[in-house]
Amino acid sequence: MKIIVNIGSYFLMLQKVFEKFTKWSVLKSLIFKDIEVLIIGSIGIVSVISFFVGGVVAIQTALNLTNPLIPRNLIGYATRQSIILEFAPTFMSIIMAGKVGSYITSSIGTMRVTEQIDALEVMGINTYNYLIFPKIIALLLYPFVIIFSMFLGIFGGYLASVLGGLCSSAVFIEGLQIDFIPYHVQYAFIKTILFSFLLATIPSFHGYYLKGGALQVGKASTTSFVWTSVVIILVNFLITQLILA
Amino acid sequence: MIVVKNISKSFDETTVLNGVSAFFEKGKTNLIIGQSGSGKTVLLKCLLGLHTPEAGKIFFGDNSLTDMNEKKRRLLRQKMGIVFQGSALFDSMNVEENIMFPMRMFTTKNDDEILDRVNEVIDRVNLTNSNSKMPSELSGGMQKRVAIARAIVMNPNFLFCDEPNSGLDPKTSILIDNLIQEITKEYNITTVVNTHDMNSVMEIGENIIFLQNGKKEWEGSNKDIFKTDNKPFIDFVYSSEILKKARKALKES
Ligand SMILES: Nc1ncnc2c1ncn2[C@@H]1O[C@H](COP(=O)(O)OP(=O)(O)O)[C@@H](O)[C@H]1O
Ligand SMILES: [Mg+2]
Repeated sequence: MKIIVNIGSYFLMLQKVFEKFTKWSVLKSLIFKDIEVLIIGSIGIVSVISFFVGGVVAIQTALNLTNPLIPRNLIGYATRQSIILEFAPTFMSIIMAGKVGSYITSSIGTMRVTEQIDALEVMGINTYNYLIFPKIIALLLYPFVIIFSMFLGIFGGYLASVLGGLCSSAVFIEGLQIDFIPYHVQYAFIKTILFSFLLATIPSFHGYYLKGGALQVGKASTTSFVWTSVVIILVNFLITQLILA
Repeated sequence: MIVVKNISKSFDETTVLNGVSAFFEKGKTNLIIGQSGSGKTVLLKCLLGLHTPEAGKIFFGDNSLTDMNEKKRRLLRQKMGIVFQGSALFDSMNVEENIMFPMRMFTTKNDDEILDRVNEVIDRVNLTNSNSKMPSELSGGMQKRVAIARAIVMNPNFLFCDEPNSGLDPKTSILIDNLIQEITKEYNITTVVNTHDMNSVMEIGENIIFLQNGKKEWEGSNKDIFKTDNKPFIDFVYSSEILKKARKALKES
């Protein structure tokens, strides 16, 4: 029962985000601040994870290629497919649900428990718009982070293969080009845009409606991570069915 | 002037306010006092429109808050200044930005004009030279001063303070209380202060309502306190055994 009420209030919250806009000059600076924290601040961890996971995918593929009839360029091919289709868009988003999501929940939640949201509210500000809208806009840049992750993942795979002597540079690149379907990149892009919206709004919901004190802020961050990842996985399943199947 | 008529408010099954009426006068420091949990904050948040009472009415001058549409309510709120219990400073902004915030939001003044006014109120609350400090770098008393400055920067007609001296030492508390009272007189505004601190009650209690279990049990001014025979109020005022004995001795002599 409670879950239905929560889903209902989530959609009501979304509606209020787009009512009565905050003054543009104020909103603009909030958006830039969120871009800095949510997008720029995530590039480091995205780079490290993508690069090494790309490397591992290449190594694993190579180690499992025991049949001499299968060409070595499969390494490049497999790295490209797994990074572009799932790793960068989906699994990176789950990692972001931990990083960006818990930041959003705890920062909005802290504002709730310290009455900062009440203070904004009594000044006559639409706090839904003021707090959540800038995050939605900032995360519109998130697909670019994912493209960056795709490049680094594939680059990581390339370096692991060539430096580790798994295949030659030419063979890896040949693998990257086999059966390349540009539509797959579009599919990944569409997914990522949806995920960015979920990443901005689900954690905001958990922070905004928080009740209690500092302990609840911690708990809400965890709950928000769980829900954001579950919803991302479900949406991923649905969209893959719709677009690719 | 604010008139509260018979308001009731409950959460789920528990009644927090039960038919409370009050009259908060202009140019005076009006106090809502009572133990923790007696409903002071809930009453204050009803006045702010953050809670909607199930019954009763609240008038600001001639206008009923409970019957106002959203737009009128927003305009009224721009005439209110609020000091929250934990100060509620925006912790991503420094002192100056915190105080500028309502003006940036709701006036068309440029940054220079805004800054002039901000410095004026910063001086008024005796915080000169703290413009660029962050809230986390300030002591509790200084945070309260910033919160007061932010509350008065827009020249409000109404000032609300929720336990302005919670967490402060007695001496700083009295300084903050006096500041609130001076501002009330200077700007001739209607000020409502929540407190459970007897020092504040004696110091600035020009018009007091005493809440217990969501009901108004007593009202009067700090001059009436020693004359009253109201049992719950006496229990609140003479909370310690020593004070009770002192009162008894005083009565017998
Ligand atoms: N938002 C709320 N939801 C449910 N109960 C609340 C809420 N706010 C306050 N209460 C309850 O109302 C009572 C009065 O609280 P409050 O007005 O904060 O007391 P105080 O006089 O200490 O300010 C308390 O029992 C509190 O638990
Ligand atoms: Mg309180």
